[in-house]
Amino acid sequence: MKKLTFILFVVVGFLTSTFAQKQDHVIPSVDIKKLDGSTFNTSNIKNEGKPMIIDFWATWCSPCKAELNAIAEEYADWQKETGVVLYAISIDDARNVDKVAPYVNGKGWEYEVLSDVNGDFKRAMNVNNVPHVFVINGNREIVYQQNSAAPGDDKKLYDIVKKLAKGEKID
Amino acid sequence: MKFNLLRCSVLLILTLLTSINKNTFAQGLNAGEIHGNFQLDAQYYNPDSAIGALPVPEKFLMNSFTNLIYTNGDFSAGVRFESYLNTMLGFDPRYVGNGFPYRYASFNRDNFSITVGNYYEQFGSGLIFRSYEERGLGFDNAMEGVRVKYTLLKGIHLKGIIGKQRYYFNQGPGIVRGFDGEIAVNELLPSFQEKKTKVYIGGSFVSKYQVDQDPIYVLPENVGAWAARLKVNHGGWAFYSEYANKINDPSSVNNFVYKKGGGLLVNTSYSQKGLGINLSGKIIDNMNFRSDRTAQNNDLLINYLPALTRQHTYNLAATIYPYATQPNGEMAYQGDITYTLKKDSKLGGKYGTTILVNYAAANGLNTEPVASGLGYKPDYFKLGDVYYKDFNIELQKKISKPLKFTLFYANFAYNKDVAQGKVNEGMVYANIEVLEFTYKFNDKHALRMEFQALQTKQDMGDWATIVAEYTISPKWFFSTVNQYNYGNPNKDSRLLYPIGQIGFIKNSTRITLGYGRQRAGIFCIGGICRVVPASNGATISISSSF
Repeated sequence: MKKLTFILFVVVGFLTSTFAQKQDHVIPSVDIKKLDGSTFNTSNIKNEGKPMIIDFWATWCSPCKAELNAIAEEYADWQKETGVVLYAISIDDARNVDKVAPYVNGKGWEYEVLSDVNGDFKRAMNVNNVPHVFVINGNREIVYQQNSAAPGDDKKLYDIVKKLAKGEKID
Repeated sequence: MKFNLLRCSVLLILTLLTSINKNTFAQGLNAGEIHGNFQLDAQYYNPDSAIGALPVPEKFLMNSFTNLIYTNGDFSAGVRFESYLNTMLGFDPRYVGNGFPYRYASFNRDNFSITVGNYYEQFGSGLIFRSYEERGLGFDNAMEGVRVKYTLLKGIHLKGIIGKQRYYFNQGPGIVRGFDGEIAVNELLPSFQEKKTKVYIGGSFVSKYQVDQDPIYVLPENVGAWAARLKVNHGGWAFYSEYANKINDPSSVNNFVYKKGGGLLVNTSYSQKGLGINLSGKIIDNMNFRSDRTAQNNDLLINYLPALTRQHTYNLAATIYPYATQPNGEMAYQGDITYTLKKDSKLGGKYGTTILVNYAAANGLNTEPVASGLGYKPDYFKLGDVYYKDFNIELQKKISKPLKFTLFYANFAYNKDVAQGKVNEGMVYANIEVLEFTYKFNDKHALRMEFQALQTKQDMGDWATIVAEYTISPKWFFSTVNQYNYGNPNKDSRLLYPIGQIGFIKNSTRITLGYGRQRAGIFCIGGICRVVPASNGATISISSSF
């Protein structure tokens, strides 16, 4: 029986790999919270046909904060040039969730900050660990993702956003 | 057998759905999507008696998991395959072999959502119910059963749950049932919609059932707990409070006392651009709540009691003296300030400067023993023994475009007997200093270094750590961590712990190779900690999502 389950697992895995390539990868719909406490469904993550960035982070994740702080310095220019909107999804749980708004404001971030307190959106987006950043095109399809945040990665993200804004193809 | 059949049927459905959609209806119907992720961690262990590394007869150990999620419109289904061959040091050895411990199907339409199989859920801040996973710690108390969510009216959200909790590759003996309701007052009442003040009121009830087979004690088979919460937001102000109560619930953790349990959490914060202030406090009294009254450690927890302390990130501050909430009783408070000095100001410099200050303290309850089976009587207006104190301050400054640095100082008082369950080791007082800098050579190349030092006259004495990390964005990183326990009172234990790592990142795939000596430590996320024993060897870690 165990063997059978394993074979089935492999079959599903195989189908997945061939199948996923042909499909658009769109943002799943999950209820999370805004910082003011109201419920926010992730199907409302949209930007009128312009590109978006979804960045999973936590108050205890240093590389996440370093990258978001680096982007924060350029964000006004990014928005002016491409119309991009960044959704910063905090995965802080009950221990730290009430520190998210003070940190975000203390740092003066202008992002759309959302709170995924029990990891529901994180699971739906198949995020293993933070930092994990997605770039989304105007059709709400995931076109790029990166599971790291090193100095300079912000530039790479912006290169992709610029291409999307111009309607160029992402390789 | 039954278990395996269930697994197979879910997989079969998934397989069928995939192939049908792909081959037959792909053009006519929305075919849905399958996505997932994968992670593997493995280590080859060298013997190293100097650091007390445990012998590993298998020499090589591996933990791995894969999630697959199928979604098609309102429908989604998923499985997780987990593999422990055998489980790595530091994880519970009851994780052994292969299996599909997580599988679910869920349907959402209009205001209604139903999930069968496994699910994670949280009521309020989790004081009486939180089902979640921390894969990195090997923690998973997923529910298996049924969950229903319903939005009754705009602004009224209801949830009902029933199920058993995951216990490694099995389930706990108890049944957990619960109900939660939350009212978003501003959404519900038209006259409040435009008001600047946002109010949320919530309440929940959770009950567990476990048969009483105790030959001596008469134990409650149904244990109920309830909680009420209030959240108010007004501009930059936020207030949150939750109160919880639990009927008598004798367990091995609370030494089988028949006392009721209670918990109170209060949090208030204010923030504006450049400034964030957060104050919080809590009282936890006999709130150990599990679906098996004999469960210990991180097993079969129904609720979540967060520690009100800063979650440190620098290695010496995070993993030598970490603190987790004591479920039997604790009073704690915390203050936290983030302040950013403006750019181009006298003190802020050209790029601005951020200062973070945090103070946290946790004490035991002040109690008097009582003769009956109730155990003790608490006095909430007096503090008990010191469990933990942490004052820390951090200054972050960008000097120029390529160079930024952080200075960090922390002072800990740590009750090792309470926090780590030791006997007669007493209090540890420690100072920690860190200097971190990042230098960007150009758009791709950067060097980050951390110089950390810890001084204490107790326990293992003084430590020093140097971290060097060279990154080539977006694909490569190279790092070394050198820890030296130079002040250990035992001269034979004054050891060096070097680790080297190379990482390769390609989009959502990340491969890390490492080699070196890992000191024993305690790794915590939220309120859950994992004790990692010392080890020596080569590691590989792969993670990917698709």
